Amino acid sequence: MKIAFASGKGGTGKTTLAVNVALAAKTPLRLLDCDVEAPNAHLFLKGDLVNRRIVTVPVPVIDEARCDGCGECSRFCAFNAIVSFGTVPAISQDMCHGCGGCMRVCPQKAIREIEKRIGIVETMRCGAVTLAYGVLDVGVAIAPPLIRAVKEEAEGELVLIDAPPGTSCPVIAAVRETDYVVLVTEPTPFGLNDLRLAVDVVRELGIPFGAVVNRAQEGDDLVRPYLDEENIALLAEIPHDRRIAEVYATGKPVVEALPEYEKLFTSLLHRIREEA
Amino acid sequence: MKIAFTVSDGADMSARMDSRFGRAAKFLIYDTETKAFSVIDNAYAQAGQGAGLKAAETVVKAGAVVLVTGDCGPKAFQALKNAGVKVYSAKDVSVAGALEAFNEAKLAEIASA
Repeated sequence: MKIAFASGKGGTGKTTLAVNVALAAKTPLRLLDCDVEAPNAHLFLKGDLVNRRIVTVPVPVIDEARCDGCGECSRFCAFNAIVSFGTVPAISQDMCHGCGGCMRVCPQKAIREIEKRIGIVETMRCGAVTLAYGVLDVGVAIAPPLIRAVKEEAEGELVLIDAPPGTSCPVIAAVRETDYVVLVTEPTPFGLNDLRLAVDVVRELGIPFGAVVNRAQEGDDLVRPYLDEENIALLAEIPHDRRIAEVYATGKPVVEALPEYEKLFTSLLHRIREEA
Repeated sequence: MKIAFTVSDGADMSARMDSRFGRAAKFLIYDTETKAFSVIDNAYAQAGQGAGLKAAETVVKAGAVVLVTGDCGPKAFQALKNAGVKVYSAKDVSVAGALEAFNEAKLAEIASA
């Protein structure tokens, strides 16, 4: 079973939830940190690095001797990574998503691919938890291929995915083909606004989902009414407890420093299994 | 010689210049010999990425050898340079005003981006 922790808004507690659910599960599982632009799950887990691999994407290069400047490649490229002035086209490799389409449509067979490094995937063993996370190289703008590489590390019965924030391509790449999405939010206008956007995304993808409200407080007249209205399962509420923030700031998992919260995370996992 | 201007609204010489290149709404192509002009919609103004490169492609295909815009990003600038297009900066002015300034050699050429 693959469970993704996502949110529209950043900083709602995706990593906190993913890490603590992973530790509270007390069963061998994989945790995949797919927030490759700012991976941080490894900061909360102590373990040994067991693997490190370089991830590349194929990018086109043009054989100037064969190219007749027809511009088919430029017309085809949906990412505007190729411009043609009627001579040999110019390729912006940093904008290329590596789809290989230009190579296929080139009538002169003048395009071949070379591998361009975009980042690394590291794997750490931390007790029962095996954590894999991607680190995008500085200056690389396109995260989804690296996210897909991190997801290749999925293995075993239970896989937890820590998704990047937002609602754009990296989020889609992270939550696609999961069995359940946990949308983490907070009872603020910003939290609610971005929750709505995230709900639109997971509904469009057709993945079952529920919500967790972090920093929950009495008298929430924002998120709870919205969840009721939209018939979205409220899976758990994490109280607005200053100690959680203090523990987080020292890089310790909540379940270790504040064991009274362990039950909250184990119940959440049970609830997800029931809902999915 | 053809000059491309970036236009935010309007479709004649009184149109306001758009200070952006890749995200400009339209391009006005002015022919200095015939004094005629044509207006091209920027089909890539809302592109997710690569609007500047596509804009460079559009003005080069329209035959422009000079571009007058506000600012120009590094990728578009390089593409224009490769195609031999000279880029000049004009802001907060109509196309007619920018053309007059260009003819009087009062516009600054953008030499790098």
